[in-house]
Amino acid sequence: MCLGVPGKIVETYEKAGLQMAKVDFGGVFREACLNYVPDAKVGEYCIIHVGFAISILSESEAMETLELLKQIGSFAEEIGTG
Amino acid sequence: MKYVDEYRSAPLVKGVIEEIRRTVTRPWTLMEICGGQTHAIVRHGIDQLLPPEIELVHGPGCPVCVTPLELIDKALEIASQPNVIFCSYGDMLRVPGSSRDLFSVKAQGGDVRVVYSPLDAVALAEKNPGKQVVFFAIGFETTAPPNVMSVLHAQRLGLTNYSILVSHVRVPPAIKAILSSPENRVQAFLLAGHVSAVMGYHEYPPLLEEFQIPMVVTGFEPLDIVQGILKAVQLLESGRIEIANAYQRAVTFEGLRPAQESIRQVFMECDRKWRGIGTIPMSGWCLRPEFDLFNAEKRFDVGTISTQESSLCIAGQILQGLKRPHDCPAFGRECKTESPLGATMVSSEGACAAYYKYGRQFQSMISTN
Repeated sequence: MCLGVPGKIVETYEKAGLQMAKVDFGGVFREACLNYVPDAKVGEYCIIHVGFAISILSESEAMETLELLKQIGSFAEEIGTG
Repeated sequence: MKYVDEYRSAPLVKGVIEEIRRTVTRPWTLMEICGGQTHAIVRHGIDQLLPPEIELVHGPGCPVCVTPLELIDKALEIASQPNVIFCSYGDMLRVPGSSRDLFSVKAQGGDVRVVYSPLDAVALAEKNPGKQVVFFAIGFETTAPPNVMSVLHAQRLGLTNYSILVSHVRVPPAIKAILSSPENRVQAFLLAGHVSAVMGYHEYPPLLEEFQIPMVVTGFEPLDIVQGILKAVQLLESGRIEIANAYQRAVTFEGLRPAQESIRQVFMECDRKWRGIGTIPMSGWCLRPEFDLFNAEKRFDVGTISTQESSLCIAGQILQGLKRPHDCPAFGRECKTESPLGATMVSSEGACAAYYKYGRQFQSMISTN
């Protein structure tokens, strides 16, 4: 139920008083409501849940986490447990 | 796909699991709240890759599973009425009520439709002014903003034929109920990532204080999950009672303020019965009286409903982390995904369905033989 899928905003527009977007999910396009993320811009990635953006993904936080986890992995390898 | 593929990297997941192995010195019991995470854990075999000291028990974060039987029976009554289009997420259609499910109502001629978004249900109401359109608004905090937006949007459009049947539940009161049980075994929580994306995690510090238990906000991909487990084990091993965020790309401490404001505008807190568990005080949301026009329970008089649960099903104990699916004598025998006795075997977030789908019943047969 709380399933959310990251998608890239490719176009924003207004529809019947709602702020809407065309969102690209790896080549599949769907419409999503942006009312809860009014600052979201074209090119940014959001978590989309039942047709609503519920979070703008932070690229810098994502990079930082991945770097940290890569370090953990290479450390485990170095000491021969990886 | 960006933000997905890199979090399914097997070498990175293995590296983090190795780090968990090196960190752990004694047995710990962790609960993941969210049923979506339960399925990811079992699907990717994370439970089998972890060192034996770590036990994962599965929480109540499956909205379909905890929606009370009375409300499902009420939904069945409303959906059976002429002139009603009853809209629901697909998961809900096969959940057994006392004597039937929404699929059988549809088979008997009821207009039951699966929608992707509550806004689709509002669009149906716009297109069918002569019909009453009812949306089954179940879910945790993640699903609340879309559901309340459907009401606000219908109100803005001046629709008088749209209503929602609300069965909303909240995570913090459920955690409190689990921790208050004398049988509780949970020593740390993996908090649901998308509930936290909406609500932030500012509601949890009082629970940490009261129950002296660490929590980690955790995402849904394999790398997110093992990262959440690693962080929880690090906190447990060092005796730190803290809340950590292992899903930083999507979750902030404050959460999604505009969504929280809309929820407060439309919903208020209320007592809520959880299927198999019982009533948890102030654990739900219901519509504020000023939105009575959009309240299906006010619009449709369905009279008194008497309910009948399966006597074999132990879903309530599974949802509280007290038992696991293969502890149930009916699991994989009387109860299968094609003939479920309880909602935990139906939902794509139910623990029993996860164990059944990914073959854990065979594993339990091997271990008991």
